[in-house]
Formats: sequence, structure tokens, C-alpha cells
Amino acid sequence: MKLPSLREIGNEAKLLLIGIPVLIWTLVPIYHMFLFAISPKEDAFSGKLWPAHPTLNNFKIVFYQEHYFLRDFWIQFFNSVVIALSAGALTLMIATAAAFSISRLRVPGGRWVMNLALFTYFIPAAFLAVPMYRTMGNYGLLNNHWSLILAMVTIASPYAIWVLKQASDKLPVELDEAATMDGATTLQLFRLVYVPLMMPSLVAIGTYAILLAWNEYLYAFLLLSRDTEITLPVALGNFLAADDSPWELLMTTGFIYALPPAAIYYAFRRYMVGGLTAGAVKS
Amino acid sequence: MAITLSGDQAIPSPPLSARLTTPQVWGIVMLAPYLLVFLAFVVYPVGYGLWLARHPASYVALYHDPIFARAAVNTLIFLLVGINLKMAIALFLSGFFAQQRTWIKWLSVLFILPWAVPSIPTILSVRFMLNPEWGVINQLIFKFTAEDGPNWLNDPSVALAMAIGVHIWKSLPFWTLILMTGRLAISHDLYEAAEVDGASWSQKFRYITWPSMQTLYITCTLLSMIWTLGDFNSVYLLTGGGPADLTHVLATLGIRYLRLDQLSLAMASIVCALPFVLPLVYFMMKRLSR
Repeated sequence: MKLPSLREIGNEAKLLLIGIPVLIWTLVPIYHMFLFAISPKEDAFSGKLWPAHPTLNNFKIVFYQEHYFLRDFWIQFFNSVVIALSAGALTLMIATAAAFSISRLRVPGGRWVMNLALFTYFIPAAFLAVPMYRTMGNYGLLNNHWSLILAMVTIASPYAIWVLKQASDKLPVELDEAATMDGATTLQLFRLVYVPLMMPSLVAIGTYAILLAWNEYLYAFLLLSRDTEITLPVALGNFLAADDSPWELLMTTGFIYALPPAAIYYAFRRYMVGGLTAGAVKS
Repeated sequence: MAITLSGDQAIPSPPLSARLTTPQVWGIVMLAPYLLVFLAFVVYPVGYGLWLARHPASYVALYHDPIFARAAVNTLIFLLVGINLKMAIALFLSGFFAQQRTWIKWLSVLFILPWAVPSIPTILSVRFMLNPEWGVINQLIFKFTAEDGPNWLNDPSVALAMAIGVHIWKSLPFWTLILMTGRLAISHDLYEAAEVDGASWSQKFRYITWPSMQTLYITCTLLSMIWTLGDFNSVYLLTGGGPADLTHVLATLGIRYLRLDQLSLAMASIVCALPFVLPLVYFMMKRLSR
């Protein structure tokens, strides 16, 4: 066995010198949140790096809604799930149909629509929030889940269409021609040829839209206000309204809220990295 | 704008008056849902917003509002300092994560966490860490120096710096990942040849890495600028625009005016940002629709 040379050891040490600060920088806010979630109130506020009496009591309080701020926890959790799933499903339907139409059917003006969508993608979402709020008011959709779902679909679909169009441009035209020769109608072409072949991209885009809607704070807090209608992030923001906020419960709820997206992200990482980051920036 | 952009590159399509084939009819039908969403939730709000911002008086009021001037300066600082710092670190770390080591592979899995988790709980977690009395940072400072730590979020420049820090924490993994894919695309032979010729680390970066990553780096920087302009969470959830409304950026300022029921001011402040945003958007669209 060859002993590592001095130069290799030096290299490894240099890498560690970068790696350890990176690890600490990344984990500190998340660890701090976790620490609060497993600490009783006295420990949480004492600045210890590990609680003297770690406990799961905070989770129990959250799950049984045993605090004023948490009295609608399950409804809010459910709202978040419904809105994220609906936004994901709607985005997927609208974007897949649009990408199929632009890329495969070569509908007149398709490129034009693509550019408009791309333009929307580049408007910072916070800038669109103010007019969107008023628009939803005009439509009479304020304090209705549909307002948030539709807002999320509006924000998610441009990127979804763009990624799906890029992916479907790569499918050979001969496939469509062969299917049409065999007498497939346009709808059959879509259902039996296009959608199955696009599955990996569809999974990536569905996940993208679901995560976008689940994570959204700004639009959710503008468009929804009743306690039983808001989503979890808005409820978390509402904790700040009081001066003596129960931070350990806030962090516990935040931790529970952060788990599903993290799990989804890691479960679909293969798709996400391939389908999204490659498409995000084309050099 | 989008129209002129597509003009030179569009595939010549037959005039609409020409007879449409069945697939084309289906194409229009399948495109219709998105067009409806676009008309109802992009065209109408944007048009309505511009209409609300039509009074010159709003701009005069903005001009005389010290908070607006402060927010504009804050936004510039946020963009210039935050993004350049972030992209420089991302470029550096992309080289680190491109190393073939098992432990670096694992580290990269953890490194992506800030991007994978929602920003609200983590920003609030940082907010409590910075709490002057109960936060862990000041408690540690007290433990080791027996002196009270600074009141972090009560000083506007420190608070803004912290918001920039939170922004970097959140989006650094994403850009590092993107720049890493760019780095991995560079042929390894180039580095080996340079190694044989005795090139130093900085020479390799200057003559191989940077030339091949330049375009990607600039694209990323511009895209990040557009997105950072819309970063509402980092500032709003950490400082709430405070103390005394001194840490607002344009993204939070619009919402502040909205909450004060000054809708025309809210829209006018956004319109003021458009001369900066639109050229960036135009440039990005040219890049991406190639």
C-alpha cells in the first residue's frame, strides 16, 4: 500500500479547510431550528448547543393543537397540501398541453406565446404581487383558495412550458409521423405517444410546481387572511405578531413544514437535477 | 418587446387566414388554457397596475419619500454586493465540489439543503439567532467575553448585511450546482496538458476555467439579479423592513405601500424599477430563446 505523499496530505487538508466551514455555514440555521424543536422552553432560550432535557413535547403540542397560535394547525397543513397539489396538477395540465401544441403541432404563433411566457418568467414575482392582489380582488377571489392556486399556476407555468418545450423538441418527429400514419388522432398522439415519452420531464415539472406552491409565502399572505384558510407559511409568519411568541413551537411547526419539501426534493433529486438545473441556465 | 424579439428568428408560419389543418386546430385548443391564464393573470394585472401608476403625482410623492430613496439605495447595495459576493463564492465552491472525493459527494448532498427547504422557517430561525437578549449568538458572545453583543437587527446597515447573508445562504447552493455542471463540462485533457507544462493553479483558472465558464457565469449573474430584485422573503422575514423602515428593498416597499393603502405609490415604485429590469429581461430572453 502506498502511503499518501506530503503533497496529497496538504491537498486534503486544504479541501477540509474549505469543507468544514461550508458544512457549518449550511447547517447552522437548520440545526438551530431543530434544536428549538426538541427543547423545552427554558432550554431553548438559554443559548445551549444541546438541550439539557431533549423532548418531543413540542411536537405533541403542535399535533394536538394545544396552543393559541396552533389551534388551526391541521386545517392549515391541509390547506397547504391541497393548494400545492392543485397548483401542481393544473400547471402540469396547462403546460403539457401548451408545450405539445407549440413543439409538436407547431401551432401558428407558438413561438410568440413561448416568448411571452418566457417574459413572464423573468418578471420578479414580488413585482407582480401588488397588481395580482388587486386583480384577485376585482375577480372576487380574495380569501379563496383558488386565488392562490391560480397565482401559483401563473408563476409556475412559464418555466414549465419552457422546460417541457425544450424536452419535447428533442423527441424525433418521425415518431409523430409514424403514429399519424397508423391512423392516430391528435389526441391519441398526445395521450399514447407524447405523455409517456415525456414522463421524466413531467415528474420534474410537477415536483417543481408543487414545491413552488408549498413554499410560497408572499402571495399566500396577500391573498388569504382567514385563520382557517391560510397556508402553513402564513401561519408561521403570524407567530411574529405577538411579542412573547412561543419560538420553540414556531420552530417545531417550521420544522414539520420544511420536512415534506426536503423529502420530495431528495426523493426526486435525480429528476430535479437533470430536468431543472440543466434547463435553468443554458450557456 | 417579445414580438420584436421573435421577429428575426421565427419560423415563417402561414398566415392565419390559410386553411388550418386538424392538428393545428387542436394546437390552438391546447394552447388556449395557458393563453387564458396569461390574459387573466398577467396581461390584465400588468395593464391594470400600469393604469394605477399613471398619475405623475405618485412619482412626485415617491421622490419626496425618504423611505423610497433609502429602499432604492438598499436594493442597489443588495444587488451589487450580494450578487457579486454570492457568485464569486459559488464559482469558488463549484471548483471545490467538482473534486472527486466520496466525502465531498456527501457534503454536496447536505450543501443543497438550504435550497431544498422552504425559506420561511430557516429565515425565522436566523432571526431568533440574532435576537439581542435570547439569541444564541449574543449568549455565546456574553459567555466568552462577558460583554453584551450588538443589537444586530437594530442597526440598519448590519440588518441589511444580515438580510444579504440570508439571501446568500438560501441561493448559494443553486448557483454552485449550476456553475459546477459548467465546470464538469470542461475537458479534463486541458488541465492535464497544463499540468505537464507546469501551469500554476491561478494560471489554470485564468487560461482554462474562466474562458470556458465566462458566458455561463455572466448569464447566471444576470438571472440572479432579476430574481434577487424579487427577493421579498430575505428582507421582510428577517427585518420586516425595520428598524424605522430603513432596510426596505423595492420588493418589500411595494408591499409596504400596499399595506398602507397607498396603491398608486406601490405601483409607481415598481414602475420605477422597470428601466432596470426590462433590459435585463430582454438580454436574458435573447440568451434563452436562442
